[in-house]
Amino acid sequence: MILMYMKNLKLLINPLNNENPITVQVLGICSALAVTVQMKPAIVMALSVMVVTAFSNLIISLGRNTIPPRIRIIIQLVVVAFLVIVVDQILKAFVYDVSKKLSVFVGLIITNCILMGRLEAFAMGNKPWESFLDGIGNGAGYGLILIALSTLRELLGSGSLLGHKVIPEGFYQLGYKDNGLMILPPMALITIGVIIWIQRSYNRKLIEE
Amino acid sequence: MEVMENLFDLFVRNVFTENMVFAYFLGMCSYLAVSKTVKTSVGLGIAVIFVITVTVPVNWLMENYLLKAGALKWLGSSFESVDLSFLSFLLFIAVIAAIVQLIEMVVEKAAPALYNALGIFLPLIAVNCAVLGAALFMQEREYGTIAEATVYGFGAGFGWALAIVILAAIREKLKYSNVPAPLRGLGLAFILTGLLAIAFMGFSGIKI
Repeated sequence: MILMYMKNLKLLINPLNNENPITVQVLGICSALAVTVQMKPAIVMALSVMVVTAFSNLIISLGRNTIPPRIRIIIQLVVVAFLVIVVDQILKAFVYDVSKKLSVFVGLIITNCILMGRLEAFAMGNKPWESFLDGIGNGAGYGLILIALSTLRELLGSGSLLGHKVIPEGFYQLGYKDNGLMILPPMALITIGVIIWIQRSYNRKLIEE
Repeated sequence: MEVMENLFDLFVRNVFTENMVFAYFLGMCSYLAVSKTVKTSVGLGIAVIFVITVTVPVNWLMENYLLKAGALKWLGSSFESVDLSFLSFLLFIAVIAAIVQLIEMVVEKAAPALYNALGIFLPLIAVNCAVLGAALFMQEREYGTIAEATVYGFGAGFGWALAIVILAAIREKLKYSNVPAPLRGLGLAFILTGLLAIAFMGFSGIKI
Protein backbone atom coordinates (compact mmCIF):
# COMPACT_ATOMS: atom_id res chain seq x y z
CA MET A 1 0.00 0.00 0.00
CA ILE A 2 2.73 2.41 1.01
CA LEU A 3 4.70 1.32 -2.04
CA MET A 4 1.75 2.20 -4.26
CA TYR A 5 1.46 5.55 -2.57
CA MET A 6 5.15 6.29 -3.05
CA LYS A 7 4.92 5.39 -6.72
CA ASN A 8 1.98 7.71 -7.27
CA LEU A 9 3.69 10.51 -5.39
CA LYS A 10 6.68 10.08 -7.67
CA LEU A 11 4.45 10.55 -10.71
CA LEU A 12 3.47 13.93 -9.31
CA ILE A 13 6.89 15.08 -8.07
CA ASN A 14 9.26 13.87 -10.79
CA PRO A 15 8.02 16.21 -13.53
CA LEU A 16 8.69 19.21 -11.29
CA ASN A 17 12.44 18.78 -11.43
CA ASN A 18 14.13 15.62 -12.70
CA GLU A 19 11.76 15.14 -15.62
CA ASN A 20 10.52 18.66 -16.09
CA PRO A 21 8.62 18.81 -19.39
CA ILE A 22 10.17 22.09 -20.45
CA THR A 23 13.76 22.05 -19.25
CA VAL A 24 14.46 18.30 -19.52
CA GLN A 25 12.03 16.68 -21.93
CA VAL A 26 11.98 19.77 -24.24
CA LEU A 27 8.21 19.61 -24.62
CA GLY A 28 5.73 22.45 -24.90
CA ILE A 29 8.17 25.27 -25.36
CA CYS A 30 6.32 27.35 -27.93
CA SER A 31 3.57 28.49 -25.63
CA ALA A 32 5.83 28.68 -22.57
CA LEU A 33 7.73 31.52 -24.15
CA ALA A 34 4.95 33.47 -25.76
CA VAL A 35 2.56 33.83 -22.84
CA THR A 36 5.03 34.79 -20.12
CA VAL A 37 5.25 38.57 -20.54
CA GLN A 38 2.90 38.97 -17.57
CA MET A 39 2.01 36.65 -14.72
CA LYS A 40 -1.76 36.56 -15.15
CA PRO A 41 -1.91 35.05 -18.63
CA ALA A 42 0.91 32.69 -17.66
CA ILE A 43 -1.04 31.36 -14.67
CA VAL A 44 -4.22 30.96 -16.71
CA MET A 45 -2.27 29.16 -19.42
CA ALA A 46 -0.58 26.86 -16.89
CA LEU A 47 -3.93 25.91 -15.38
CA SER A 48 -5.49 25.29 -18.80
CA VAL A 49 -2.62 23.05 -19.85
CA MET A 50 -2.78 21.14 -16.56
CA VAL A 51 -6.51 20.48 -16.98
CA VAL A 52 -6.11 19.39 -20.60
CA THR A 53 -3.11 17.09 -19.93
CA ALA A 54 -4.78 15.46 -16.94
CA PHE A 55 -8.08 14.75 -18.65
CA SER A 56 -6.70 13.77 -22.04
CA ASN A 57 -4.33 11.37 -20.28
CA LEU A 58 -7.31 9.95 -18.38
CA ILE A 59 -9.51 9.56 -21.47
CA ILE A 60 -6.82 8.03 -23.67
CA SER A 61 -5.76 5.71 -20.86
CA LEU A 62 -9.35 4.49 -20.43
CA GLY A 63 -9.49 3.63 -24.11
CA ARG A 64 -5.91 2.45 -24.50
CA ASN A 65 -6.88 -1.18 -25.15
CA THR A 66 -9.54 -0.39 -27.75
CA ILE A 67 -7.76 2.31 -29.79
CA PRO A 68 -6.32 0.76 -32.97
CA PRO A 69 -2.62 1.69 -33.07
CA ARG A 70 -2.70 2.76 -36.71
CA ILE A 71 -5.10 5.64 -36.21
CA ARG A 72 -4.16 6.49 -32.63
CA ILE A 73 -2.67 9.89 -33.48
CA ILE A 74 -5.90 11.14 -35.04
CA ILE A 75 -7.89 9.85 -32.06
CA GLN A 76 -5.52 11.50 -29.62
CA LEU A 77 -5.74 14.77 -31.53
CA VAL A 78 -9.52 14.68 -31.55
CA VAL A 79 -9.73 14.03 -27.79
CA VAL A 80 -7.28 16.84 -27.11
CA ALA A 81 -8.98 19.22 -29.53
CA PHE A 82 -12.31 18.53 -27.85
CA LEU A 83 -10.89 19.35 -24.40
CA VAL A 84 -9.18 22.47 -25.72
CA ILE A 85 -12.43 23.73 -27.24
CA VAL A 86 -14.11 23.30 -23.84
CA VAL A 87 -11.28 25.18 -22.08
CA ASP A 88 -11.29 27.91 -24.73
CA GLN A 89 -15.04 28.48 -24.40
CA ILE A 90 -14.73 28.61 -20.58
CA LEU A 91 -11.90 31.15 -20.79
CA LYS A 92 -13.90 33.28 -23.23
CA ALA A 93 -16.88 33.21 -20.91
CA PHE A 94 -15.15 34.00 -17.60
CA VAL A 95 -11.83 35.76 -18.25
CA TYR A 96 -12.34 37.36 -21.64
CA ASP A 97 -9.45 39.85 -21.40
CA VAL A 98 -6.93 37.12 -20.61
CA SER A 99 -8.27 34.91 -23.38
CA LYS A 100 -7.77 37.80 -25.83
CA LYS A 101 -4.15 38.12 -24.67
CA LEU A 102 -3.49 34.42 -25.10
CA SER A 103 -4.88 34.68 -28.69
CA VAL A 104 -3.88 31.66 -30.75
CA PHE A 105 -1.95 30.03 -27.94
CA VAL A 106 -4.99 28.42 -26.35
CA GLY A 107 -5.66 26.71 -29.67
CA LEU A 108 -2.04 25.72 -29.83
CA ILE A 109 -2.42 23.65 -26.65
CA ILE A 110 -3.66 21.01 -29.12
CA THR A 111 -0.25 20.70 -30.67
CA ASN A 112 1.56 21.35 -27.40
CA CYS A 113 4.09 18.56 -27.45
CA ILE A 114 3.59 17.90 -23.73
CA LEU A 115 0.22 16.45 -24.58
CA MET A 116 1.22 14.21 -27.45
CA GLY A 117 4.41 13.31 -25.64
CA ARG A 118 2.67 12.19 -22.45
CA LEU A 119 -0.17 10.49 -24.31
CA GLU A 120 2.26 8.46 -26.39
CA ALA A 121 4.81 7.81 -23.68
CA PHE A 122 2.58 7.27 -20.67
CA ALA A 123 -1.18 7.12 -21.15
CA MET A 124 -1.07 4.49 -23.91
CA GLY A 125 0.60 2.04 -21.54
CA ASN A 126 -0.62 2.84 -18.03
CA LYS A 127 -3.76 2.68 -15.91
CA PRO A 128 -6.21 5.62 -15.82
CA TRP A 129 -5.47 6.86 -12.27
CA GLU A 130 -1.69 6.83 -12.78
CA SER A 131 -2.11 8.58 -16.13
CA PHE A 132 -4.29 11.23 -14.53
CA LEU A 133 -1.60 11.88 -11.89
CA ASP A 134 1.09 11.95 -14.56
CA GLY A 135 -0.95 14.57 -16.42
CA ILE A 136 -1.32 16.70 -13.29
CA GLY A 137 2.39 16.35 -12.52
CA ASN A 138 3.52 17.33 -16.00
CA GLY A 139 1.06 20.19 -16.11
CA ALA A 140 2.46 21.40 -12.79
CA GLY A 141 6.06 21.08 -13.97
CA TYR A 142 5.14 23.15 -17.01
CA GLY A 143 3.32 25.67 -14.82
CA LEU A 144 6.28 25.98 -12.46
CA ILE A 145 8.59 27.11 -15.27
CA LEU A 146 5.89 29.38 -16.71
CA ILE A 147 5.39 31.11 -13.37
CA ALA A 148 9.12 31.46 -12.69
CA LEU A 149 9.66 32.90 -16.16
CA SER A 150 6.72 35.29 -16.05
CA THR A 151 7.64 36.53 -12.55
CA LEU A 152 11.14 37.43 -13.73
CA ARG A 153 9.92 39.01 -16.94
CA GLU A 154 7.13 41.06 -15.39
CA LEU A 155 9.25 42.20 -12.43
CA LEU A 156 12.25 43.27 -14.49
CA GLY A 157 10.34 44.30 -17.60
CA SER A 158 7.53 46.40 -16.20
CA GLY A 159 8.31 46.62 -12.49
CA SER A 160 5.07 44.97 -11.43
CA LEU A 161 3.71 41.62 -10.28
CA LEU A 162 0.24 40.44 -11.32
CA GLY A 163 -0.36 43.96 -12.60
CA HIS A 164 0.47 45.74 -9.31
CA LYS A 165 3.49 48.03 -9.17
CA VAL A 166 6.01 46.58 -6.71
CA ILE A 167 9.09 48.65 -7.41
CA PRO A 168 8.76 51.83 -5.33
CA GLU A 169 8.54 55.21 -7.03
CA GLY A 170 11.73 56.32 -5.24
CA PHE A 171 13.79 53.84 -7.23
CA TYR A 172 12.74 55.45 -10.50
CA GLN A 173 13.68 58.88 -9.18
CA LEU A 174 17.12 57.52 -8.31
CA GLY A 175 17.52 56.55 -11.94
CA TYR A 176 16.27 52.93 -12.01
CA LYS A 177 14.69 52.00 -15.33
CA ASP A 178 12.50 49.09 -16.35
CA ASN A 179 14.34 46.83 -18.74
CA GLY A 180 12.23 47.03 -21.88
CA LEU A 181 14.15 44.16 -23.44
CA MET A 182 12.65 41.71 -20.94
CA ILE A 183 9.21 42.18 -22.51
CA LEU A 184 10.46 41.35 -25.99
CA PRO A 185 10.44 37.76 -27.28
CA PRO A 186 14.24 37.18 -27.41
CA MET A 187 14.72 37.67 -23.68
CA ALA A 188 12.21 34.91 -22.95
CA LEU A 189 14.54 32.50 -24.72
CA ILE A 190 17.64 33.78 -22.98
CA THR A 191 15.94 33.73 -19.56
CA ILE A 192 14.85 30.13 -20.03
CA GLY A 193 18.40 29.27 -21.10
CA VAL A 194 19.64 30.75 -17.84
CA ILE A 195 16.98 28.86 -15.84
CA ILE A 196 18.18 25.62 -17.44
CA TRP A 197 21.77 26.58 -16.60
CA ILE A 198 20.88 27.15 -12.93
CA GLN A 199 18.81 23.96 -12.69
CA ARG A 200 21.58 21.86 -14.19
CA SER A 201 24.30 23.27 -12.00
CA TYR A 202 22.31 22.05 -8.97
CA ASN A 203 21.13 18.83 -10.58
CA ARG A 204 24.28 17.58 -12.25
CA LYS A 205 22.90 14.31 -13.57
CA LEU A 206 20.90 16.27 -16.15
CA ILE A 207 24.03 17.59 -17.85
CA GLU A 208 24.29 16.63 -21.53
CA GLU A 209 27.47 15.27 -23.07
CA MET B 1 1.54 44.26 -60.90
CA GLU B 2 0.58 45.75 -57.57
CA VAL B 3 -0.84 42.41 -56.52
CA MET B 4 2.52 40.76 -57.15
CA GLU B 5 4.26 43.43 -55.12
CA ASN B 6 1.88 42.92 -52.22
CA LEU B 7 2.42 39.19 -52.31
CA PHE B 8 6.19 39.61 -52.38
CA ASP B 9 5.98 41.98 -49.43
CA LEU B 10 3.87 39.45 -47.56
CA PHE B 11 6.44 36.74 -48.25
CA VAL B 12 9.44 38.79 -47.13
CA ARG B 13 7.64 39.97 -44.01
CA ASN B 14 6.80 36.44 -42.97
CA VAL B 15 10.30 35.13 -43.59
CA PHE B 16 12.15 37.86 -41.73
CA THR B 17 10.20 40.21 -39.48
CA GLU B 18 7.40 37.88 -38.49
CA ASN B 19 9.48 34.75 -38.45
CA MET B 20 7.59 31.78 -36.98
CA VAL B 21 10.42 30.84 -34.63
CA PHE B 22 11.97 34.15 -33.66
CA ALA B 23 8.85 36.25 -33.30
CA TYR B 24 6.17 33.74 -32.30
CA PHE B 25 8.13 30.75 -30.92
CA LEU B 26 6.15 28.31 -33.01
CA GLY B 27 7.47 24.85 -33.77
CA MET B 28 10.08 25.17 -31.04
CA CYS B 29 9.96 21.54 -29.92
CA SER B 30 11.17 20.03 -33.17
CA TYR B 31 13.27 23.14 -33.79
CA LEU B 32 15.36 22.38 -30.71
CA ALA B 33 15.25 18.61 -30.94
CA VAL B 34 16.23 18.16 -34.59
CA SER B 35 18.75 20.98 -35.00
CA LYS B 36 21.83 18.95 -34.12
CA THR B 37 23.08 18.51 -37.68
CA VAL B 38 22.52 20.59 -40.80
CA LYS B 39 21.59 17.58 -42.94
CA THR B 40 18.59 16.46 -40.90
CA SER B 41 17.43 20.00 -40.31
CA VAL B 42 17.37 20.70 -44.06
CA GLY B 43 15.19 17.59 -44.47
CA LEU B 44 12.76 18.66 -41.79
CA GLY B 45 12.76 22.24 -43.09
CA ILE B 46 11.74 21.15 -46.58
CA ALA B 47 9.03 18.90 -45.18
CA VAL B 48 7.62 21.77 -43.11
CA ILE B 49 7.63 24.21 -46.05
CA PHE B 50 5.79 21.62 -48.12
CA VAL B 51 3.15 20.86 -45.49
CA ILE B 52 2.45 24.48 -44.51
CA THR B 53 2.17 25.57 -48.16
CA VAL B 54 -0.47 22.89 -48.73
CA THR B 55 -2.40 23.08 -45.45
CA VAL B 56 -2.82 26.87 -45.15
CA PRO B 57 -4.79 27.29 -48.43
CA VAL B 58 -6.89 24.20 -47.67
CA ASN B 59 -7.70 25.57 -44.23
CA TRP B 60 -8.41 28.94 -45.85
CA LEU B 61 -11.08 27.25 -47.95
CA MET B 62 -12.48 25.59 -44.82
CA GLU B 63 -12.55 28.90 -42.99
CA ASN B 64 -14.22 30.85 -45.79
CA TYR B 65 -16.72 28.29 -47.08
CA LEU B 66 -17.55 26.39 -43.90
CA LEU B 67 -16.62 27.98 -40.60
CA LYS B 68 -16.83 31.76 -40.67
CA ALA B 69 -20.04 33.56 -39.75
CA GLY B 70 -22.07 33.63 -42.95
CA ALA B 71 -19.65 31.31 -44.75
CA LEU B 72 -22.36 28.77 -45.46
CA LYS B 73 -24.25 31.23 -47.68
CA TRP B 74 -23.63 29.03 -50.73
CA LEU B 75 -26.03 26.45 -49.24
CA GLY B 76 -28.93 28.89 -49.45
CA SER B 77 -30.06 32.01 -47.66
CA SER B 78 -31.37 30.14 -44.62
CA PHE B 79 -27.78 29.21 -43.66
CA GLU B 80 -26.57 32.81 -43.67
CA SER B 81 -26.61 33.23 -39.91
CA VAL B 82 -24.73 30.01 -39.12
CA ASP B 83 -21.39 30.55 -37.35
CA LEU B 84 -19.31 27.42 -36.87
CA SER B 85 -16.06 29.15 -35.94
CA PHE B 86 -15.93 27.45 -32.54
CA LEU B 87 -15.20 24.24 -34.43
CA SER B 88 -12.13 25.65 -36.14
CA PHE B 89 -9.50 24.00 -33.88
CA LEU B 90 -11.00 20.59 -34.47
CA LEU B 91 -11.40 21.01 -38.21
CA PHE B 92 -7.97 22.60 -38.77
CA ILE B 93 -6.12 19.89 -36.88
CA ALA B 94 -8.12 17.18 -38.63
CA VAL B 95 -7.30 18.71 -42.03
CA ILE B 96 -3.62 18.93 -41.10
CA ALA B 97 -3.44 15.36 -39.82
CA ALA B 98 -5.26 14.07 -42.89
CA ILE B 99 -3.08 16.01 -45.33
CA VAL B 100 0.12 14.90 -43.61
CA GLN B 101 -1.06 11.30 -43.85
CA LEU B 102 -1.97 11.82 -47.50
CA ILE B 103 1.34 13.47 -48.37
CA GLU B 104 3.14 10.62 -46.63
CA MET B 105 1.35 8.03 -48.76
CA VAL B 106 1.84 9.95 -52.02
CA VAL B 107 5.53 10.59 -51.34
CA GLU B 108 6.07 6.97 -50.40
CA LYS B 109 4.62 5.80 -53.73
CA ALA B 110 5.91 8.53 -56.03
CA ALA B 111 9.33 9.36 -54.61
CA PRO B 112 10.71 6.62 -52.38
CA ALA B 113 14.12 8.34 -52.16
CA LEU B 114 12.57 11.50 -50.77
CA TYR B 115 10.43 9.40 -48.46
CA ASN B 116 13.48 7.72 -47.01
CA ALA B 117 15.23 11.05 -46.63
CA LEU B 118 12.30 12.60 -44.76
CA GLY B 119 11.82 9.44 -42.73
CA ILE B 120 10.16 10.00 -39.38
CA PHE B 121 9.87 13.76 -39.92
CA LEU B 122 6.71 13.61 -42.02
CA PRO B 123 4.38 12.13 -39.37
CA LEU B 124 5.98 14.36 -36.71
CA ILE B 125 4.89 17.44 -38.61
CA ALA B 126 1.22 16.82 -37.79
CA VAL B 127 1.99 17.92 -34.25
CA ASN B 128 4.41 20.70 -35.16
CA CYS B 129 2.82 23.81 -33.70
CA ALA B 130 4.11 25.92 -36.60
CA VAL B 131 1.66 24.18 -38.93
CA LEU B 132 -1.43 24.68 -36.78
CA GLY B 133 -0.11 28.12 -35.78
CA ALA B 134 0.04 29.18 -39.41
CA ALA B 135 -3.58 28.08 -39.91
CA LEU B 136 -4.71 29.98 -36.80
CA PHE B 137 -2.82 33.14 -37.79
CA MET B 138 -4.35 32.87 -41.26
CA GLN B 139 -7.76 32.85 -39.55
CA GLU B 140 -6.91 35.72 -37.19
CA ARG B 141 -5.48 37.98 -39.91
CA GLU B 142 -8.34 37.30 -42.34
CA TYR B 143 -6.41 37.04 -45.60
CA GLY B 144 -8.63 38.08 -48.49
CA THR B 145 -7.67 35.69 -51.28
CA ILE B 146 -6.43 32.15 -51.55
CA ALA B 147 -3.27 33.45 -53.28
CA GLU B 148 -2.43 35.52 -50.20
CA ALA B 149 -3.03 32.54 -47.96
CA THR B 150 -0.77 30.34 -50.08
CA VAL B 151 2.03 32.91 -50.16
CA TYR B 152 1.64 33.41 -46.41
CA GLY B 153 1.95 29.66 -45.88
CA PHE B 154 5.02 29.40 -48.07
CA GLY B 155 6.65 32.39 -46.37
CA ALA B 156 5.95 31.09 -42.89
CA GLY B 157 7.33 27.65 -43.75
CA PHE B 158 10.38 29.11 -45.45
CA GLY B 159 11.11 31.30 -42.41
CA TRP B 160 10.89 28.29 -40.13
CA ALA B 161 13.22 26.24 -42.35
CA LEU B 162 15.69 29.12 -42.49
CA ALA B 163 15.70 29.38 -38.70
CA ILE B 164 16.34 25.68 -38.08
CA VAL B 165 19.15 25.51 -40.66
CA ILE B 166 20.90 28.55 -39.14
CA LEU B 167 20.70 27.09 -35.63
CA ALA B 168 21.94 23.68 -36.80
CA ALA B 169 24.91 25.26 -38.55
CA ILE B 170 25.88 27.18 -35.41
CA ARG B 171 25.45 24.12 -33.20
CA GLU B 172 27.68 22.06 -35.49
CA LYS B 173 30.46 24.62 -35.07
CA LEU B 174 29.89 24.89 -31.33
CA LYS B 175 30.83 21.24 -30.86
CA TYR B 176 34.45 22.36 -30.90
CA SER B 177 34.14 24.96 -28.16
CA ASN B 178 34.51 24.48 -24.44
CA VAL B 179 31.10 25.37 -22.98
CA PRO B 180 30.34 25.28 -19.20
CA ALA B 181 28.95 21.81 -18.53
CA PRO B 182 25.47 22.74 -17.21
CA LEU B 183 24.89 24.96 -20.23
CA ARG B 184 25.80 22.31 -22.80
CA GLY B 185 23.10 21.27 -25.26
CA LEU B 186 19.65 22.63 -24.50
CA GLY B 187 20.59 25.67 -22.41
CA LEU B 188 22.96 26.97 -25.02
CA ALA B 189 20.47 26.29 -27.82
CA PHE B 190 17.96 28.55 -26.05
CA ILE B 191 20.44 31.36 -25.55
CA LEU B 192 21.57 31.09 -29.18
CA THR B 193 17.98 31.29 -30.39
CA GLY B 194 17.51 34.37 -28.22
CA LEU B 195 20.52 36.06 -29.78
CA LEU B 196 19.37 35.09 -33.27
CA ALA B 197 15.95 36.53 -32.47
CA ILE B 198 17.55 39.83 -31.44
CA ALA B 199 19.41 39.84 -34.76
CA PHE B 200 16.18 39.15 -36.65
CA MET B 201 14.49 42.05 -34.84
CA GLY B 202 16.80 44.26 -36.85
CA PHE B 203 14.67 43.45 -39.90
CA SER B 204 11.54 44.97 -38.37
CA GLY B 205 10.27 48.07 -40.03
CA ILE B 206 11.69 47.07 -43.40
CA LYS B 207 9.10 47.46 -46.12
CA ILE B 208 9.52 46.57 -49.74
